[in-house]
Amino acid sequence: MVDKHLGDKIPEFGAKKPAGGNSSGLAPSGLTSGPGARSFWEIFAIIMVAVVIIGSAEAYIRFFEVPQYVMPPPSSIAYALVADFDLIAPHLGFTLIELFVGYAFGASIGLMLAAVITQFPFAEKIIAPYVLMLVTTPMLALVPLLILRFGFGLEPRIIAVALASGPMVMINSATGFRRTDLAKIALARSFGATTFQIFTKIRFPMAMPMIVVGLMIGAIFGLLTAVGAEMVGGGFGLGNRLTTYSATLQMPRFFAVILILSTLGILIYVTFYLIGKKWASWES
Amino acid sequence: MSSTEDPAAKDRPAKLVVTGATKTYQTNSGPLHAVADFSMSIADGEFACIVGPSGCGKTTLLWSIAGLHSLTSGRVTLDGEEITEPHSQIGMVFQEANLLPWRNLDKNIELPFEIKRQKPDRERINKLIDRVGLAGFGNKFPRELSGGMQQRAAIVRALSFNPSVLLMDEPFGALDAFTRDEMNLLVEEIWLETRKTILFVTHNITEAVFLSDRVFVMSARPGRLAKIFDIPFPRPRTLDLLATKEVFDLVNEIKAEIQIGATPANHTSTENVQPASSPSRTPPSEPGQSGDRTNG
Ligand SMILES: Nc1ncnc2c1ncn2[C@@H]1O[C@H](COP(=O)(O)OP(=O)(O)OP(=O)(O)O)[C@@H](O)[C@H]1O
Ligand SMILES: [Mg+2]
Repeated sequence: MVDKHLGDKIPEFGAKKPAGGNSSGLAPSGLTSGPGARSFWEIFAIIMVAVVIIGSAEAYIRFFEVPQYVMPPPSSIAYALVADFDLIAPHLGFTLIELFVGYAFGASIGLMLAAVITQFPFAEKIIAPYVLMLVTTPMLALVPLLILRFGFGLEPRIIAVALASGPMVMINSATGFRRTDLAKIALARSFGATTFQIFTKIRFPMAMPMIVVGLMIGAIFGLLTAVGAEMVGGGFGLGNRLTTYSATLQMPRFFAVILILSTLGILIYVTFYLIGKKWASWES
Repeated sequence: MSSTEDPAAKDRPAKLVVTGATKTYQTNSGPLHAVADFSMSIADGEFACIVGPSGCGKTTLLWSIAGLHSLTSGRVTLDGEEITEPHSQIGMVFQEANLLPWRNLDKNIELPFEIKRQKPDRERINKLIDRVGLAGFGNKFPRELSGGMQQRAAIVRALSFNPSVLLMDEPFGALDAFTRDEMNLLVEEIWLETRKTILFVTHNITEAVFLSDRVFVMSARPGRLAKIFDIPFPRPRTLDLLATKEVFDLVNEIKAEIQIGATPANHTSTENVQPASSPSRTPPSEPGQSGDRTNG
């Protein structure tokens, strides 16, 4: 009767444990050090630097009369952002829907696959190359194909988002799930834990830091893919606005959209930073 | 045979009986004999220590007793019932505190109840927490605690669900000498109060002598039972005891035994290789039905 969780193994105590599994190079150190500004002076300095950069850009562009189609001054970008927000808002809505729906499917499937597949090392070896292929294939390349099959609606972009974010979530979460701390599993077993309980009480929380990293990278890849997929064809979404505005030389609006996109990126980052702080800070 | 019979064990029934425990690991470089034909019988409420050189199979043996591992041959019984999987009457304290770093102290201590799907016995837990001096640390995380405090929490966790047997695998091996003394006193006090059956693995002989009623000496790998020492000192024991000549001599005697055991082909004291309280008429491979005692 070999215990199916422990096999025949006992942990080597005292020996240095493989701290982060093999933390893949994808993990941004920012998750632990983080963007949180603390003191008044820190915040003051951050604002000052922004003011100086934006101010000197404004001054430079106005003084040298840089043509608007090369680079509009920050003030007219800000004006376009406020005055034309009504025009842009519906497109932001479409992009967000594609991102949320595609990511919800991609991330949950990726997470589940990671959890299941890491329990079967042999199966993992078999599917690993395909996952790597999905990770390295630019999903944008598939969008024209998807449009042929699913039309110019939301579906092809949602599928592209799911295909881009899912493998990212999976590959990082799998790194987390692959960490096995025999002593902790044995601890749970000594209280009579079932396979499912070992998963929920030990393996999952232990993988949490890598899962959060995977979810963040997946979300950012999802956003990039959603915008890229909108640029390929169709008539809506922030990506479509980018192509339209640049083709018609409406540069203030173009940069207003760019500003919205970078804000979305920062929001994603901060959200997952806070999640990591709440659920995975034990590791730092 | 009577020389190995523990007088203290005579009037108490056997609680934990290991018979002919043998464990062979299959490794890439062939079979590795970790434990060979190890037998022992621990009385109810006894404090027993296993000492032996590093790598002699102590953890292997303890994990098998805890039902975490299978034996290649031999059997372990608790109150006559064979142990093949983790048992609710057995609490385990691991080498290193083995707390979950993502849970605070309270949540760590409640883990056994969560897994057993029971309401945590807060009254009992709070008493234990007070007892080991961890009151007020409930919402601290393991990394915020010293090694000694972590190990106290691990002891509370193991006792929280009131098991009758406590297995401890070099629990204080990573602690400094002062903290270790402190923890040893604490363990003795807890044992005197609760009278659990405790099986304690260590390679610190002084610690073994201080704590136990009997010390089981294990030979170098493959781990066999080399000799059993009775530790007669009265309880409660104090640290002053460790400075006495009796302890000093006993520690040296045990040390010598371990060193003899470390050199192979030395099995002179065959008489001592028998399980302590198994009757001479019964061969170790065929234990009595329950409790392994015939002269009752
Ligand atoms: N899963 C395994 N596969 C192969 N060999 C193993 C395995 N586990 C332990 N061993 C070997 O079995 C022997 C006994 O190991 P064990 O950890 O039980 O000894 P120990 O007495 O607890 O040692 P220590 O004093 O270092 O804690 C060692 O030589 C070890 O290398
Ligand atoms: Mg050990």
